[in-house]
Amino acid sequence: MSQTMFDKIWDQHVITGEVGKPQLIYVDLQLLHEVTSPQAFEGLRENHRKVRRTDRNFATMDHNVPTVDIFNIKDAISRKQIQTLQENADEFGVRLAGMGSQDQGIVHVIGPQLGLTQPGMVIVCGDSHTATHGAFGSIAFGIGTSEVEHVLATQTIWQTKPKTMGIHVHGKLPHGVFAKDIIMGIIAQEGVAFGTGYAVEFYGDTIRNMSMEERMTLCNMAIEGGAKMGSVQPDQTTFDYVKGRKFAPKKFNQAVKYWQQFYTDDVSAFDDVMDFDVSKLAPFVSWGTNPGMSVPVDKPFPAIENDDDKKAYQYVGLKPGQTATQIPIGFVFFGSCTNGRLSDLKIAASVIKGHHIAKGVTALVVPGSRQIKERAEELGLDKIFKAAGCEWREPGCSACLGMNPDRVPAGVHCASTSNRNFEGRQGAGSRTHLASPAMVAAAAIHGHFIDIRKEAV
Amino acid sequence: MQAITTISETSVPIMKENIDTDQLIPKQFLKNILKTGYGKDLFYDWRYLPGGKLNPDFILNDPDRQAAQILVTGDNFGCGSSREHAVWALKDYGFKVVIAGGYSDIFYMNSTKNGFLAIILPEAERKILASAKPDEKITVDLPNQQVRYHDYSFDFDIDPLWKHKFINGLDDIDITLGYEKEIEDFEKKMPNFN
Repeated sequence: MSQTMFDKIWDQHVITGEVGKPQLIYVDLQLLHEVTSPQAFEGLRENHRKVRRTDRNFATMDHNVPTVDIFNIKDAISRKQIQTLQENADEFGVRLAGMGSQDQGIVHVIGPQLGLTQPGMVIVCGDSHTATHGAFGSIAFGIGTSEVEHVLATQTIWQTKPKTMGIHVHGKLPHGVFAKDIIMGIIAQEGVAFGTGYAVEFYGDTIRNMSMEERMTLCNMAIEGGAKMGSVQPDQTTFDYVKGRKFAPKKFNQAVKYWQQFYTDDVSAFDDVMDFDVSKLAPFVSWGTNPGMSVPVDKPFPAIENDDDKKAYQYVGLKPGQTATQIPIGFVFFGSCTNGRLSDLKIAASVIKGHHIAKGVTALVVPGSRQIKERAEELGLDKIFKAAGCEWREPGCSACLGMNPDRVPAGVHCASTSNRNFEGRQGAGSRTHLASPAMVAAAAIHGHFIDIRKEAV
Repeated sequence: MQAITTISETSVPIMKENIDTDQLIPKQFLKNILKTGYGKDLFYDWRYLPGGKLNPDFILNDPDRQAAQILVTGDNFGCGSSREHAVWALKDYGFKVVIAGGYSDIFYMNSTKNGFLAIILPEAERKILASAKPDEKITVDLPNQQVRYHDYSFDFDIDPLWKHKFINGLDDIDITLGYEKEIEDFEKKMPNFN
């Protein structure tokens, strides 16, 4: 019987249990951060347990960290969480890329960057955007803190095998349209729960032609469609990306040979299949309070069909029939595990170069990791952003979720390269509009979104 | 973990779809390093007005529903962030059971780790439960997998392993450590490219 890539990786990791019931799965890699780990370490301590495999766990600090004056955390509770992770890592022997470390950054950015993330792995982290790592042809998903504790203690996790869904993405992406628009387009069409209970694999010529960074953007937001796992079959692009990184396998050619077994035999192996043609796709912008509430930039916002729509329009202060070009942008955020990588910053910088951001707009540029920040500075991207009036910051999750000092003020519309436009996500009363880095850069210049396909920026 | 079998308690209906974990417990309350104390911040942005006063229009603040232990709600409950704090907040507030049309996978797994029963019922049945008056009790009978209210009786599904864990209040890690030999054997067979 034909199998999906997911089936093959899953089967190799089952320790006990039958399909259809919770099975005990081996975890190759757990990534940790300061927000969802303190209670897990505390649980180990209370029960006199150790971390079973310190070599299969890696921690960093990202959610709470300030992006200016990073060693001076003013919020006492944030400081406590950061200190607690430092102490826990020391006590339990877990590797840590701490504050200011060369390897520090957003957990889903540094995993791939360090070569920790590899094809064929089962990867978990106490964060829903762990789906990002599926871009390498791995099974990667977010877990809760009790599960973090369980993985620390046993290096395994109980999971019921999900169904599989293949999303066939095909066609040439039009100019000005990006991976972010593909995933936003899929979620706008299918809703925020279409993937619940599924492991999604993206495949097709569009995917094959994508860089690893684009694939990561795509898989990152699978969770916004309800799928806790999004993935792409590993290929030469994947292997080339992993090669030479800090924690890449030393016997690299042998590893590649092993990784090459992870592919979907044929489409019939999927429980469900969806087709998505990108050849006429437009740039997307979210208008409402979940990522499914998004429209192509040249289309009006939809009519109110239910209470949720009504509440969303009230919250964002917009009306049906308006378009994204009419949203008055007061804040701009470049960054996050969705679009905080070097290629994202390059695209944004190419749009913004030689321009100045619109009057009254605050713009933060937050690289996803310290390495990305340094590389961007070598390329002079920081100068382009600063010359345009943007603030060039230290790495972290920043204004994607407003747990740290970076927040969007109440009532202000923010053009954001992040992943969630929930009520209050970027700060109490903040109004988030998700879009690609190029769209956000253009919005920064104009003070409103424009159709970057048509207008000279 | 605390065991749960059968409860008869009053309820609160919040029949909105897609209630995400940012609504259940906003991020400013995730900075604690404990598992308790989150109940007062559950549904914070809906429950409190700017300035911190209780929002009288939000049903959780209904003085007649303060003892409710069952939450009846919409579809795709607990979507978004993986924060287990959402389950801790629901429990800490005093809820023992949530009845929704469906859950995000991560929220559901988190509920099973905390003895917090997350039941799935279709909309028509939830609408009947949502009509329960503040003093009317709903019975959740886990051994028989039934929700009862007045003369109504609704059956629900639950995985036998989770059911066994709930009824016996078992800790996952203890269960897993029983497979130590299998885990060791697995590790011996794993490929190593270093």
